[in-house]
Amino acid sequence: MKKKLLVLVSLILVFTGVLSACGKSGSGSDQTFRMNLTTEPPSLDVAQAQDQTSFTVLSGLFEGLTRMDKDGNIIPGVAEKWDVADGGKKYTFHLRSDAKWSNGDPVTAHDFEYSWKRTLDPKLNPPAPYAYQLYYIKNAQNYNIEADNPNHISDPAQVGVKAIDDATLEVNLENPTPYFLNITAFFTSYPVHKSAQTNANWAAEAKDYISNGPFKLSTWKHGDSMELVQNENYWDKKDIHLTSVKFSMVKDANTELSMYKTGKLDWAGKPTGDIPTEQLAKFREEKNPELTIKPIASTYYYNFNNEKKPFNNVKVRKALSMAINRQDIVDKVTKAGQTPAYGFVSGGIHGVSGEYRSEVKDDYFKEDVAEAKKLLAEGLQEEGMTSMPEFTLTFNEGLHKEVAEAIANMWKENLGITAKTEVQEWKIFLKNRQSLNYDVARAGWGADYNDPMTFIDMFTTGGGNNDIGFKNADYDALVKEAYATSDQQKRVDAMAKAEKILIGDNQAIMPIYYYTSAQLVKPYVKNYVVDFGGNIDYTRISIEK
Amino acid sequence: MSTQLKDIQHSEANTQALFEKLPQRHKEAEIITAESRSTFQESWARLRKNKYAMTGMYVLIIMIILAIVCPMLSPYNTYTNDLDNTYAAPSAKHWFGTDNLGRDMFTRSWRGVQISLIVGFTAALIDLLIGVAYGGIMGFAGKRLGNAMNKFAEVLYAIPYMLVVILLGVVMGSGLFTIILALSITGWITMSWIVRGQILQLKNQEYVLAAQSMGASGGRILFRHLIPNTLGPIIVTVTLSVPSAIFTEAFLSFLGLGVQSPDASLGSLISSAMSSWTLYPWVMAIPASLLCITMIAFNIFGDGLQDAFDPKMKK
Amino acid sequence: MARYLGGKFVNIIVSLLILATATFFLMKAVPGDPFTQEKAIPPEIKAQIMAHYGLDKPVWHQYLIYMKNLFQFDLGESMKSSNRTVTSIIADSFGTSFKVGIIAIIVSVIIGVYLGMMAALRHKKFIDNFFMFIAVLGISIPSFVVGAMVQYFFGVKFQIFTVAGLEGPLDYVLPVVALSTLPIAFIARLTRSTMLEVLTSDYIRTAKAKGLTPHAILWQHGLRNGILPVVTYLGPMTANVITGSVVVEQIFGLPGLGAYFVESITNRDYTLIMGITIFYAVILMAARFVTDVLYIIIDPRIKISGGVVKK
Repeated sequence: MKKKLLVLVSLILVFTGVLSACGKSGSGSDQTFRMNLTTEPPSLDVAQAQDQTSFTVLSGLFEGLTRMDKDGNIIPGVAEKWDVADGGKKYTFHLRSDAKWSNGDPVTAHDFEYSWKRTLDPKLNPPAPYAYQLYYIKNAQNYNIEADNPNHISDPAQVGVKAIDDATLEVNLENPTPYFLNITAFFTSYPVHKSAQTNANWAAEAKDYISNGPFKLSTWKHGDSMELVQNENYWDKKDIHLTSVKFSMVKDANTELSMYKTGKLDWAGKPTGDIPTEQLAKFREEKNPELTIKPIASTYYYNFNNEKKPFNNVKVRKALSMAINRQDIVDKVTKAGQTPAYGFVSGGIHGVSGEYRSEVKDDYFKEDVAEAKKLLAEGLQEEGMTSMPEFTLTFNEGLHKEVAEAIANMWKENLGITAKTEVQEWKIFLKNRQSLNYDVARAGWGADYNDPMTFIDMFTTGGGNNDIGFKNADYDALVKEAYATSDQQKRVDAMAKAEKILIGDNQAIMPIYYYTSAQLVKPYVKNYVVDFGGNIDYTRISIEK
Repeated sequence: MSTQLKDIQHSEANTQALFEKLPQRHKEAEIITAESRSTFQESWARLRKNKYAMTGMYVLIIMIILAIVCPMLSPYNTYTNDLDNTYAAPSAKHWFGTDNLGRDMFTRSWRGVQISLIVGFTAALIDLLIGVAYGGIMGFAGKRLGNAMNKFAEVLYAIPYMLVVILLGVVMGSGLFTIILALSITGWITMSWIVRGQILQLKNQEYVLAAQSMGASGGRILFRHLIPNTLGPIIVTVTLSVPSAIFTEAFLSFLGLGVQSPDASLGSLISSAMSSWTLYPWVMAIPASLLCITMIAFNIFGDGLQDAFDPKMKK
Repeated sequence: MARYLGGKFVNIIVSLLILATATFFLMKAVPGDPFTQEKAIPPEIKAQIMAHYGLDKPVWHQYLIYMKNLFQFDLGESMKSSNRTVTSIIADSFGTSFKVGIIAIIVSVIIGVYLGMMAALRHKKFIDNFFMFIAVLGISIPSFVVGAMVQYFFGVKFQIFTVAGLEGPLDYVLPVVALSTLPIAFIARLTRSTMLEVLTSDYIRTAKAKGLTPHAILWQHGLRNGILPVVTYLGPMTANVITGSVVVEQIFGLPGLGAYFVESITNRDYTLIMGITIFYAVILMAARFVTDVLYIIIDPRIKISGGVVKK
């Protein structure tokens, strides 16, 4: 019997050996780029997409009126050139004649008008969640919001976007918007082919999918993988080297890394994947040349509940913020080369002529345990308290847990106060944070567009994302001042003053670090771009083995 | 039937004159309970002869003692960070090394055993109490009530377990209490079915009829006669439900729904080691081995019990 | 027989209705909604989207609408993956879970029964002890540990198999190993203990007396009786393996239903949660139903009369 078993086992081994040997030789086609999306993109409909995964796929499939080059400058996309008039409130785009859809139809100004109005249509099935990205356009908001809106405009013709002819698109804005050309490069502004009128589910499967970018959707195995192949009708085909882009949807970061190590992926990590912290630290230690780490425009911070005692007291907030060691957190806990944050606006954001963060230093406060102790005692006294009550630090699943535990430990050691750490399920956490049902809560904010305003206007009184209960009339006035002008120097000055009120004077939030984006890239992958926000542009990649 | 009954009544009337009726005392309704204890002793004797089972039992006892003693005697606690000493390899200072925040793995691992055992035992105890009571009533009650109760258990059993656990975790926040509750919500059903099956089988046996005819109440028959006689399968089921609860907790930890750090269970220690064990093997190897030892001990011991309680199997 | 099975079928439908109701209200009791997100959508837009999905109506009204659609076999549209119906999501992803699951079950039964039989035949000999030690080990290691280990050693270290995905037939090996470790161990133990019982029974003794070889006795007489508990176990196991493979699917990056289920709950994708729950329950109940039928076919002692199983 033992003999039989032995024979069986050895047979299986030989068999698998032979088969796996066959499997290996077949892989490795030339101009193919493979990366992991982690999850299925929730939607590839331009109007429905609102997340980074969908965006990553869409950015290869579509091209807007403008696009960004590798340094983040706006360059022509479908629009060859444009004129700005009326104090920055009127844009006229002149489209190139050789822009084509993947089915060969020409891309016209009507396609843009159709797409934008479709996104803004309150009757769209379902209504577009990111429609507000187009609210810069005149009357867009009042057309989009139908329910309980006395100013609702039901006539789409009044929305400020109009195709004059096939090659000319005229756009009227509500306010002068210096970064509008960034918006036209953004995925909500991509065109949609008119066939969507008759086929509402055009974006559900690969077979019906029509796009105008460097690639077209060739296969989509839901939840498993996706392949884009070169669009032979793309006007700038000569700059596109990849013949195909393969996306996998592997959820586990360890598995993603294993796939990278075994040559199944050319890219691992951000923006749509992840490298496990310890492994990343190891790669950094080894100075692995395949690892790249780049600061991105996102800030990691803690929310103080500014309405709740004792966090309503600025001295208590300052004490908590000054009593931690940010350098230790980025070096020993998060380990991905992040930089300690003492301000709110992250690096990588344009200022007047250079980077905002180098023009306006984030030296609003310093870490100082002795000073923190003093401030805490004073603050508690002002609130009529003898000691700091035990409070809860809430966060969601992930590395946030380690960060929170490290910070709670620092507070305990440096101030002798006890913070209970509590992980909450993502949506419950958000719900609690948005309804100010917390003491101190983890938060993070990434830039939507390359301007300090994407951070600053968050904390205006009653703002949709103001989840700290911060109310400050001076702050609101400064934000308004920046909105009203298109003079960049004045805007930056106003925003810098606002940031000082937020962090320096009030310590309304506790900045911890500015994010980085870390990825492993095979050495033969050339010409990829990771932009200021950490998004990848893979369209111009070439594989040079 | 009716004529028979009349006969009895008739003869009763006749004998009344000859015999004096004793006042009914519940406790002494019948005193033949010694028999069940002796089967118990017999089983114990059988168990003691089984060297595997005894080894399992001793290992378990040692694990329980260590789980209580080690975290108390250790100079470290489970939560204090030492950021300059992260992922230190096992040494004289830290016997099991340290983890990603420099916390002592020796303390954390034994705390993990402790929590895992608490989860296992509590869940098993709740299964036992609810399962035996429910199963007992289900088996002993009338056909209609019994079937209705069985239906209820079946529906509950059909709810995908994951849904219950995730929903509970989401609503109540993850933690020890949630996990035990989640394990108990459906855990008792198997036990109740086993008890019911046993009771349905035993219900019609002679000694139950005897007890009935001696005037014992339904509840008394259930708890004095039926349940003690189903004790074997109950004990075996409980013993095996402890490791299954420990296992389920580990599985929940993998999905991020288990015991939350800075506290630790074996499952949460293992799952947090999933991304770093290839670099720092001890963070995975130690809790995984402790889990494995505990599970093996429980399973061997459970097997031994099963053999001991099932005379058919004695060989 | 037909009446018995008919009765079972009615039971299944009633259970499903109760289950759907319970799940619906349980799900609605959880805080958050499909459109709660970090960068909050302006409340006016959110209100329009909620209205589109009927989420602005009272919960009981939503329930009635859902049940009405359910009776027309309409599971609705996913609220997270817009443009996709729940039915198509389940259809796409269940195939993978099913394929891997069925292979794992077949492998488990074959290897498990074989090991159990061999152990029983060589009771108290080396093979018995060895196999049973392996089996105890098998039920003592969590599947995610097994999964991670085999993936690392056979996928990354020795690179015999791919680490993730299901492109070729060989890609099934590692997930199936991770998935079937526990059932193999369980079935081996089950088979061994039943076989030991069977081997001491009268009819086997008779067969021995007639001079049949131990192997002939085992395969001809023993197996039929010895396999009964395995069949009983098969029902819940099938359901568990097919529905409970979340962990293995995650480790090996398989596009199965398990991952969708967990995600649907964290996304509060109401229609998808309902759809998958009902689907899982149907699978679970169907597995049990098939087990009952199999049991009747295999066990000659069971006779059915008047809708009740008599043993």
